[in-house]
Amino acid sequence: VIDRRFFLKSSGLALVAGPVLPNVFIKMANAATSKGKKVLVAIFQRGAVDGLNVVVPYGEKAYYDARPTIAIPRPGSAEGAAIDLDGFFGLHPALHSMVPYFNDRSAAFVHAVGSPDSTRSHFDAQDFMESGTPGVKSTADGFLSRAIATRNDRSPLSAVALSTVLPRILSGRAGALAVPNLSQFGVRGPLASSFESMYGKSMFEAAKILKAADPQRLQPENGAQYPNGPLGNALKQIAQLIKSGIGLEVAFADAGGWDTHAGEGGTQGQLANNLRQFSDAIAAFARDLGSRMGDVVLVTMSEFGRTVRENGNRGTDHGHANFILVVGGGVKGGKVYGQWPGLSSLYENRDLAITTDFRDVFGELLTKHLGVASLKTVFPTYDNSPAKWRGIVTPAASPAVPPAAGPAA
Amino acid sequence: MKRLAYPMLALLLGTGASAANLADRERALHALDRLAFGARPGDVEKIVDEGIDAWIDRQLHPERIPDRAVQARLQNLPTMCMSNVEIMRKFYVPMVQARRESDSQDLREAREKSREVLQDLVTQRIIRAADSDRQLNEVMVDFWFNHFNVFAGKGIDRFLLTSYERDTIRPHIWGRFEDLLMATAKSPAMLFYLDNARSHAGGLNENYAREIMELHTLGVDGGYTQNDVTELARVFTGWTIDRRTGEFIFKPRLHDASPKTVLGVPFPAGGGIEEGEKMIRFLSQNPKTAHHIALQLCQRLVADAPPRALVDRVARKFLRSEGDLRQTVKAVITSPEFWDSKYYRAKVKSPFEYVISAVRAVNATVENPLPIARALQQIGEPLYGAQPPTGYADQSGAWINAGALMNRINFAVALASNQLPGVRAKVEDANKVALELGSPEFQRQ
Repeated sequence: VIDRRFFLKSSGLALVAGPVLPNVFIKMANAATSKGKKVLVAIFQRGAVDGLNVVVPYGEKAYYDARPTIAIPRPGSAEGAAIDLDGFFGLHPALHSMVPYFNDRSAAFVHAVGSPDSTRSHFDAQDFMESGTPGVKSTADGFLSRAIATRNDRSPLSAVALSTVLPRILSGRAGALAVPNLSQFGVRGPLASSFESMYGKSMFEAAKILKAADPQRLQPENGAQYPNGPLGNALKQIAQLIKSGIGLEVAFADAGGWDTHAGEGGTQGQLANNLRQFSDAIAAFARDLGSRMGDVVLVTMSEFGRTVRENGNRGTDHGHANFILVVGGGVKGGKVYGQWPGLSSLYENRDLAITTDFRDVFGELLTKHLGVASLKTVFPTYDNSPAKWRGIVTPAASPAVPPAAGPAA
Repeated sequence: MKRLAYPMLALLLGTGASAANLADRERALHALDRLAFGARPGDVEKIVDEGIDAWIDRQLHPERIPDRAVQARLQNLPTMCMSNVEIMRKFYVPMVQARRESDSQDLREAREKSREVLQDLVTQRIIRAADSDRQLNEVMVDFWFNHFNVFAGKGIDRFLLTSYERDTIRPHIWGRFEDLLMATAKSPAMLFYLDNARSHAGGLNENYAREIMELHTLGVDGGYTQNDVTELARVFTGWTIDRRTGEFIFKPRLHDASPKTVLGVPFPAGGGIEEGEKMIRFLSQNPKTAHHIALQLCQRLVADAPPRALVDRVARKFLRSEGDLRQTVKAVITSPEFWDSKYYRAKVKSPFEYVISAVRAVNATVENPLPIARALQQIGEPLYGAQPPTGYADQSGAWINAGALMNRINFAVALASNQLPGVRAKVEDANKVALELGSPEFQRQ
């Protein structure tokens, strides 16, 4: 295990960590009057994004040795180099729209995080991550559904996936909705009331609430421009749901296209293009929500990471540990969390090892941000000890946001 | 589902008739709902006239049903008669070339063109389910494809599924289970989907070895251990895809020839392909497999929670007939339980069953199946789109959520009022038909 502090000191950049400044969204939320519900937005990067080329361990030579054609250059060393985060890690330049949020401490990364099961099968790993029970296939429901099911005061729109099929992570007792498109949700036409009397009012409750709130009328604010594409569209609609105050607590969206076995590219190319969309969509979302972001935490996940070494096709194969991005109010951002296992001692001699279980990240967010009282049913096969949490967010309990004085340095 | 969130769930999940015996018309409707994709106008009368037993007997022998009209329509789908290698050459290789040459225009065109393969496949399945006279055959294709699910979205699998359904699934579903299992084990689609094609001595991939026991044969509680999974993975090393022909090949140099033991079956050093073939026979004849297959067939055809006595009886039939699938299916559908009024209209239709039964109910002519395919996507069961190897759920609870039901209703309205391009429903009172097709009652079978 490599001590990151060593790199920080030796590179003379230890001071980058500096005094803790308040997350900008907390300041904004304090200024605003909105007392909205806490919302968790989860994005699944299906296909296994190459985390080592997203949050780049540029401080480690082994990274460059392992990736002769696709590595992201050290900050300042070339055009399209990594953007320095903390003297050891740098960000892929395609994520430059995330940098302001990292700098104002509303965005953080966790590295070497993942699901401990050794599977390198996309669907198994996704399945395990979404069920929240790695290694156990018989789990019928998803962990976000179980988290919402612990609530007594659910609204018909507590949990929404911006998708056609209800994803595994939200299937189960919580009654989550799969809504591919807000404007098409509901029964249209003159027969609507006949169907309502046929099925009973409650089934149409969510559609009615949506219709009354008419979230699609809400245009992006603060000059936010969502990129065209599935994730941009999904986040735009999630922002509309949040602004309409219809009781949303958990939202979910997919972002695909990360399975870069060949021609992955480095600073430019396949991965870079996809990352730009990804980053710009999230940045637009944060900008659009403005002070409301004080109530929101957005978190990303991906089923596993990719091989440290690039393969013969200038791509990477299925690996193990990955990164997680966390953005929003309460996030103690401006930091890359987690213990860095280093690239000299690899998992099964090929992959980045996991030092943080993804359930410790989600456990912390669900508890501190959403106020889920117990994780026992959420992660039934896991020791949910808060001692393992990385301290990524401040508790959102009461008061919803810290007083204006904010955390002192 | 423990808690019924909506009254409509009670409407849908509550049990149906209470009379002890079903009248003839009810029996005909029951047969059409479970052993076909629902009734077309006049079907009930036809079956009552023919006699239900005679109809069932005919359906159990699809090879005796000519089905010429549907066969003729399938001729219009050019990829349906192409081999794996023909499809790969025509649709996949141009994509690879464009990518290699970084020609984004060519790549876009090649990608666009490659959609034809899956579109043809989806089209044939919809045409057959809606219009084929071999209805039970199509029900069983749906069942067995789902049992041996392969996801079109995984890599090159969308180019391999044409042959998979045509050459692996369809020819074997009325034969012996062992042959069906062997065919899937040696199918490029499955070899790719569950990664066995990449598994080799010294580079083991346990994916297929696990799923063949958990999903295809013994069942998750089938009594195998992690060690059995690893050992079975070693047995299957060398079972891969021939890059030249696009078909199955056993490569001895990739095979782990050291001694192994799977589920107590010993294999001395120096073995080859016969090890895997022996294990497939062993797994096919296992009582756990018999029980697992019997349970799934009963869940599909009878009830979400079928009576234990029926499952046991069907499992015995499976074992005694050496996995004869015609006899096994027959044991289910000629059982007293199948005809018990308790199970009449007691299952919720899957999206596929719902959409196709609606199409049949209005005697629709489907010239363009794509709006149907889109509806399936919106209601939650895109064809060939089940990502996990478990396939789609055969139990009602999975399909009930407000969003999906609203999409069913919207589909009913669009179908009845002829708003689906290329799909012509023959209806007089569109509103009345829409309300019928969108009703809770029509969601059940």
